[in-house]
Amino acid sequence: MAVRLNRRQFLQLAAAAGAGVTVLSAAPPVAARAGWATGTAAAAILIDIARCIGCRSCEAACKAYHNFPQGEARDLSPTAWTYVRTIALQSPRPHLNLGDGGAGRRTFKVQCMHCLTPACASACPVAALQKTPQGPVVYDASRCIGCRYCMVACPFQVPRFEWRSPLPRITKCNMCAERQQRRELPACVEACPVGALQFGLRPALLAEAARRISADPRYVPAIFGAEEAGGTSVLYISDVPFEELGFPVVVCEPLPAYTWRVLGKLPGIVLTLGALLTAVEALARRRNTLPPPGGAA
Amino acid sequence: MRMWRRRPSPGRLVLWVLFLGALAISARRFAFGLGSVTHLSDRFPWGLWVAVDVLGGVALAAGGFTMAAAVYVLHNERYRPLVRPAVVTGFLGYVLVIAALLVDLGRPYRIWHPVIMWNPHSVMFEVAWCVLLYTLVLALEFGQMVLERLGRLTMLRLTRLAMPPLVVAGVILSMLHQSSLGTLFLIVPGKLHPLWYTPLLPVFFFVSALAVGPAMVLVESFLSSRALKRELELPLLRDLARISFVILSIYLGLKVTDLTARGAWTHALTPSVEGRLFAAELLLGVVIPLVLLATNGGPGASRHVLAATLVVLGVLLNRLNVAITGMLAGSHATYVPAWTEVVVTLGITSAGILAYLWVAEHLPVFPQRKHATL
Ligand code: SF4
Ligand code: SF4
Ligand code: SF4
Repeated sequence: MAVRLNRRQFLQLAAAAGAGVTVLSAAPPVAARAGWATGTAAAAILIDIARCIGCRSCEAACKAYHNFPQGEARDLSPTAWTYVRTIALQSPRPHLNLGDGGAGRRTFKVQCMHCLTPACASACPVAALQKTPQGPVVYDASRCIGCRYCMVACPFQVPRFEWRSPLPRITKCNMCAERQQRRELPACVEACPVGALQFGLRPALLAEAARRISADPRYVPAIFGAEEAGGTSVLYISDVPFEELGFPVVVCEPLPAYTWRVLGKLPGIVLTLGALLTAVEALARRRNTLPPPGGAA
Repeated sequence: MRMWRRRPSPGRLVLWVLFLGALAISARRFAFGLGSVTHLSDRFPWGLWVAVDVLGGVALAAGGFTMAAAVYVLHNERYRPLVRPAVVTGFLGYVLVIAALLVDLGRPYRIWHPVIMWNPHSVMFEVAWCVLLYTLVLALEFGQMVLERLGRLTMLRLTRLAMPPLVVAGVILSMLHQSSLGTLFLIVPGKLHPLWYTPLLPVFFFVSALAVGPAMVLVESFLSSRALKRELELPLLRDLARISFVILSIYLGLKVTDLTARGAWTHALTPSVEGRLFAAELLLGVVIPLVLLATNGGPGASRHVLAATLVVLGVLLNRLNVAITGMLAGSHATYVPAWTEVVVTLGITSAGILAYLWVAEHLPVFPQRKHATL
């Protein structure tokens, strides 16, 4: 879960974010070396769980826009790139928009988090998944070999596979990249009737999230996605602790760093080994040829 | 020395049936998707095929590179009689791994994509390249036997000149991707159980492959001596067992150090499924073989064969544990292989054995009389 900060620490952090010294300025060199977006100019979506009334308009809009069959989804699937999850609360508390009527539960939209340094993209051997500088993590089905390493790698268990298709694809939310290019909002954001979804540049949304949290003590002082998996382009704020809502506990370091630490050493290892083995081979051959017998290869 | 059999033995019949069964199930997979023959799911996308056919297969094929390294790099001529059988298994092993991948990949006809579509940040990309190049090297070594059998001696001499650099390349490639298969799992710190998740995963995969190489050669020599009614090279096999013993000890030392440093012993001692299977892997695959090899078992080789068999099973169990047991809890998934998955795995293994027997009967794999140096 997000590092638990007390309110004052949190506000300091948030102020820093607002000032443009984003939380990500400390992003490790891995991200920079890979040329992945580090977040300053990239789009993001802020999801306010306290405001969500569970109307499922976002879910329906996503399906309508992508021509998927309508109907409520219980989980992500090839034809449900987002869905609204419902969590019953252990201790009911009044809902920001629905008051006591919605006190017993919280609802929130689930989709790909569009990580700043996505594990899925780093895992894919053929670069079928890529983080665009604009923010979305997009998929190119024409490259994909179907190895499903992206699914194994994603810490949020987002990518879905067409298990019943002879020529399957990986599927997931693409943050409506093509709509963004036309300067339109993602379909789901546009559809939300209560402003629980907001689209914008990531630093601005971090600042907005911090503003809401400091303006209303009912919010939990944490932004899910600020640091999780090295930071994500989908951010959540909530009036119920994220643990209670069943959010996954995700390390804060960008996941590709874990493998890159090893991969980065490979060229050196290959050269050293090559030299070493060649030398050993030459030595061993000489040793063998000195006393005449022994196998002559 | 050809053995034409009019009727296949019952053993071979079973192997053929399994192989044909696997073919039939693959056909179904290509018509109706992976979901129609596996219990894989979005939360658990890798199962038995990745664990055993790919991770296990690659590890067990390590005999090829250890033996080739001993003879062509270290010029240790004693092991020459074992190089060819080891290269044959290595080559067949990799062909089978690729065959398994063709069944498991969503879009198998694009298996070559990593050649032109690069993502050097991906461990899978590196694995793909290593498997490709290493299979080529093995194919060239294997080709020597074919050339010899066909009597193309000039060609044979020419290719032989290229052997040492090829073997050096092969050894590096093999070392790299043995460890890379472990590196694959470094990206899932939140999913893989702490008993197996460690920054040392690549090292463990590599060292265990080193240990299982000679053990596998030992087991194969024993089995094929039975099947093909050949003499066993007893002193050589004891040597192999000794090498395996040394590497296994290093492995155990590393394992103990790693678990202690990470404070993960508590997990091993809890009565969870993970704890039990971890204990099984370490006791059956490492500790008991070490004890067997350390004590003297008389003139025969049975004790060594038993120890080597345990090492082979232990490495398989380790790969199963990393890819399945260790990943289940963190993925919030349930997975038990479908019977169809099991049959495909058995069928691919059967194909390997059948191919090995055929090659052993038709190509100059084993030293006849003396090894004829041309
Ligand atoms: S949430 Fe998963 S699928 Fe989405 S960008 Fe991150 S790693 Fe990739
Ligand atoms: S399944 Fe496709 S998108 Fe996912 S890692 Fe493999 S090739 Fe890349
Ligand atoms: S951003 Fe687009 S694709 Fe993603 S959930 Fe919203 S509507 Fe669906």
